[in-house]
Amino acid sequence: MIDSLLHALVWILLVGGAAFCVIGAVGMLRLPDFYTRTHAATLPDTLGAGMILLGLMLQSGLNLPLLGEGASLRIGDGNTLVTLKLLTLLLFLLATGPASTHALVKAAYARGIRWNQASPQDDSSDSKHADPD
Amino acid sequence: MYAAALLGVLVTMVIELILASRGPTVFDRILAVNTFGTMTILLIALCGYHFGRPDFMDLALIYALLNFIGSVAVAKFSRFGNLARDHRRHASGEDPNP
Repeated sequence: MIDSLLHALVWILLVGGAAFCVIGAVGMLRLPDFYTRTHAATLPDTLGAGMILLGLMLQSGLNLPLLGEGASLRIGDGNTLVTLKLLTLLLFLLATGPASTHALVKAAYARGIRWNQASPQDDSSDSKHADPD
Repeated sequence: MYAAALLGVLVTMVIELILASRGPTVFDRILAVNTFGTMTILLIALCGYHFGRPDFMDLALIYALLNFIGSVAVAKFSRFGNLARDHRRHASGEDPNP
């Protein structure tokens, strides 16, 4: 019972995370300028990666000898080391994804990229879809 | 189960490659490559489970470290034109960020 529930939860998390990755990539294809594309790019970085890694953590599970040798707390595959590695990876991704996107946006702003404008140098070629209205 | 998630991650990687080759400015390309790196991490993790060897997580950790260092280094280079620049000395007078 608890195993099938865990299996269903892993399914939902993995497929949902992959769907969020694809939605973020399609948003990066379709949004008009650089800053809105960074908004779409945060979706695979945080929610997609978070859901997929959380699903893999639930799948690898825990095996903790809390109640003595015979009766250990065991969830999923019981692979505690892989779960800890996945947790480290998830915390690292959640800390560094927004930080690197922030550094990138500050660099783009310092180089003169503005809203609804594809490139600061060649206004002529991209001005037809740079009009906000 | 893992194959479905792998398919979604691979589709995302193909779209990111299209974006990295298309993007009008260099920052769009960096953004696409950054997301491509995150997708590489997820691909390695899911491949480890799909082929029954979850020990691949070490490789995913190394890729996460390299992805962050690389994207921050490229952002700093494209902002200052120099990776060895000392911000604290130069930030007062000639910082291009208003």
